Amino acid sequence: MANKFEPKILGFLCNWCSYAGADLAGTSRTQYSPNLRIIRVMCSGRVDPTFVLAALKNGVDGVLIAGCHPPSDCHYLTGNLKARRRYHLLLKLLDQLGIERQRVRLEWVSASEGEKFAKVVNEFTDQIRALGPNPLESS
Amino acid sequence: MSIVDLAEKLTDVFNAVEVVFWPTAFDQKLKEFIQLPDGSVDLGFYHGSIANEENKEIAELLRKKTKTIIAFGACACHGGVPGLANLTTTKELFATVYKETPSTENPDFTEPLSETKVDGYSLHLPKKFDTVQCLHDCVDVDYYLPGCPPEVPLVEKAIEAILTGKLPRKGETLAPNRILCDECPRKREEKKISKIYRLQQIIPDQEKCLLDQGIICLGPSTRMGCGAKCIEANMPCRGCMGPTSKTLDQGAKMIASLGSVLGLEGEELMSEDEVRTMVDQVKDLVGTFYMFTLPASILKRKTMTQK
Repeated sequence: MANKFEPKILGFLCNWCSYAGADLAGTSRTQYSPNLRIIRVMCSGRVDPTFVLAALKNGVDGVLIAGCHPPSDCHYLTGNLKARRRYHLLLKLLDQLGIERQRVRLEWVSASEGEKFAKVVNEFTDQIRALGPNPLESS
Repeated sequence: MSIVDLAEKLTDVFNAVEVVFWPTAFDQKLKEFIQLPDGSVDLGFYHGSIANEENKEIAELLRKKTKTIIAFGACACHGGVPGLANLTTTKELFATVYKETPSTENPDFTEPLSETKVDGYSLHLPKKFDTVQCLHDCVDVDYYLPGCPPEVPLVEKAIEAILTGKLPRKGETLAPNRILCDECPRKREEKKISKIYRLQQIIPDQEKCLLDQGIICLGPSTRMGCGAKCIEANMPCRGCMGPTSKTLDQGAKMIASLGSVLGLEGEELMSEDEVRTMVDQVKDLVGTFYMFTLPASILKRKTMTQK
């Protein structure tokens, strides 16, 4: 059973850095795990914590949020900083509600980091695979 | 009940309606209510969350007897403060209340049972559910009137709408659909806040936005309509009106709002640990951001581990 589990992972990637990074991984034919479904958002600061909770509630096993590197890569100057604060607040919420905080991950991926993007996705997939299915799915 | 707060207006209400069952105000028996034909009552107010078998039974009975049901108050609308019991289970809750608190002396660990035998008689208490629910999780609800307690002007308006037959679409909340900040009289400077104060640590300025002063105020994620009474008393909003219809999850929205204003100069160079320390100033996040709405939130409760 355990080795049959293939996690479903949802990725919110920012338009300017991380989505371009994912694109680079694709055009460079870098192989990475196919468990990730990508949603492009204009900025990681656009990712409302509601999105993450709704994704988890709907049976996604892990959520990746990726944006531009601090301090100064953000196209909108401070979107990534807001994303980072929200991410850490969200982790506190997940702790209190008994959901493993490892299911949500924030990463900085620039447009030139196709390799890093592939590495992050592979690592995260392995991590979620080890955690097992989302406990909310059964409830 | 806050319907009584209508004071002299109550007489107008009583001139227009006949009250068939109101256990907190009149001496009417449940037996009589059960005998009424189904669907014969025009309007029912239900207050309280669905926390045990009895709550559920009464809610279902009310649904059967009445044409229109209004979820009345924060508990019926969003689960209310009792909804924070969803951070635990009945077993853990009873252990805390009947065993572990320092002031409890209960050497035999007596705790409420749903059934017990005394002198050959079988006695029953309603069984408490592990998960507190909102009224709409249990029965079909026609309208919502939130607030803890619902404010008199809103109750007045609702009753007027009922009596004149001018109720909105089914499923609506009988309060304005905008956030509290829209009716807040304080000045907002859109400042960044770096330190979060708890209420006992600071006397807030009467004129300035409480969030700007580093006090967690749920205004940005809470529906208006209460007249900002807490704010007027120099207390932050705790969110008893629940979110607007545009917000799925009051606490998550509050994380987004607080995430926008929390922050220090030079934050862009901060390490993850430093950001964590900044964010750790928020104590009891669920208890603060979901004080009245945990059962109505996306996740509804703490995950129950299957052990």
